[in-house]
Amino acid sequence: MKLTLRVWRQSGPQDKGKMVEYRLDDISPDASFLEMLDVLNEKLIADGGEPVAFDHDCREGICGMCSLVINGTPHGPEERTTTCQLHMRKFKDGEVIDVEPWRAKAFPVVKDLVVDRSAFDRIIQAGGYITAPTGTAPEAHSTPVPKPDADRAFEAAECIGCGACVAACPNGSASLFLGAKVTHLGLMPQGQPERWDRVVSMLDTHDDEGFGGCTNTGECTVACPKGIPLDVIGSLNRDYLKATAGGKKR
Amino acid sequence: MAVTGAVLVLFLIAHMIGNLKIFLGEGDFDHYAHWLRTIGEPALPHRVLLTIVEIVLTVSVVLHIWSAVSLGKRAAHARPVKYQSKKKSHAQGYATHTMRYGGIIVALFIIWHLLDLTFFAVNPLGSDATPYDRVIADFDGSRWYITIWYVLAVLLVGLHLNHGIWSAFQTLGLRSPRSNGALRALAGGVAGVVTLGFIAVPISVTFGWVS
Repeated sequence: MKLTLRVWRQSGPQDKGKMVEYRLDDISPDASFLEMLDVLNEKLIADGGEPVAFDHDCREGICGMCSLVINGTPHGPEERTTTCQLHMRKFKDGEVIDVEPWRAKAFPVVKDLVVDRSAFDRIIQAGGYITAPTGTAPEAHSTPVPKPDADRAFEAAECIGCGACVAACPNGSASLFLGAKVTHLGLMPQGQPERWDRVVSMLDTHDDEGFGGCTNTGECTVACPKGIPLDVIGSLNRDYLKATAGGKKR
Repeated sequence: MAVTGAVLVLFLIAHMIGNLKIFLGEGDFDHYAHWLRTIGEPALPHRVLLTIVEIVLTVSVVLHIWSAVSLGKRAAHARPVKYQSKKKSHAQGYATHTMRYGGIIVALFIIWHLLDLTFFAVNPLGSDATPYDRVIADFDGSRWYITIWYVLAVLLVGLHLNHGIWSAFQTLGLRSPRSNGALRALAGGVAGVVTLGFIAVPISVTFGWVS
């Protein structure tokens, strides 16, 4: 396949950055998107240039490290697919492909396509989980979880924290991520005593990190490679209102 | 957004039902308009309830706009560097994308509408006529452009409600995985009924079905 790439190049956080065009001639349609970038980087290194920095780790679609807004869509054109699991056969021969980093104030660009997503880590930290150390893991069946709760918590727990929801959101909000975590942790019996404090503290951290407000556009859930449902934001709002207006927060 | 929006939706439904009284004839319509000012008499003084409603609505509109502006500001702040390639939208369709510009057009329409049928400044008959005659004169066939303006604004209100009602349930945490279909249907249904109910009056007057 012949491709024209327009890639965001930015030497560091302070650099202004710009789109730079590269041509690739011999890309296998069976290559993954990241393998295609590997080929580009080998070519750049051979020519004495600086390779394009991008995040990746497992390349199996489960770690949440890969990112990239491809032709204006986070993780590219395939639904429920991370960039690492996206293959070049989904593109046309001779296509011009724009590759950009996630764009959000809370996700500052480190270099080229790499953004700093530690704002998500701080939201998770604000959530904590349980306040009392309880020793080693107890026998799993000693705390029964109702099947519907377990299923919904598991569905929310599929979130890999990649940040595609923020990249897709016209408001730059991380509500889908936040909703997934609050729904997941709030349904587990072990975390009930901290449930109401957790939602308030996680939401406050979300806002302090500079993410935008949710207007329920639904772009996040379509971009999500794990298909986290939009109703986790409904659960988030319900828990938050119960905690604040309902006076459940300590 | 959700709470003030809910107040405004409830008002719109009542307003629409009131408007439809024009199909019952001149007497019914004018009597209804008069009754709005005398509800609760003699326990309540003249026009007290109507004034309270007007105050609640004004506060709701102001807070609704204030919420929208703060969300817009937050959004601009949350993404200081824009995407270079055109950002594609994949979700939910048309109504969501009309919320901001549609809301501004609806706000301008409300100002016109108040100048027209509350303060009579831009009404062809003015304050000396009855409510019924003012509406008939307003949407006369020769003033077709006024009818089009009203119909377009009401269509935008319909789109606004289609996203807004559903969105309000989500914001207030009343949306569960099971209730989504019902909430979508409720939002679409209310939006559709309100739109048709409001459009019926100017269209009927313009085409001479009510005169």
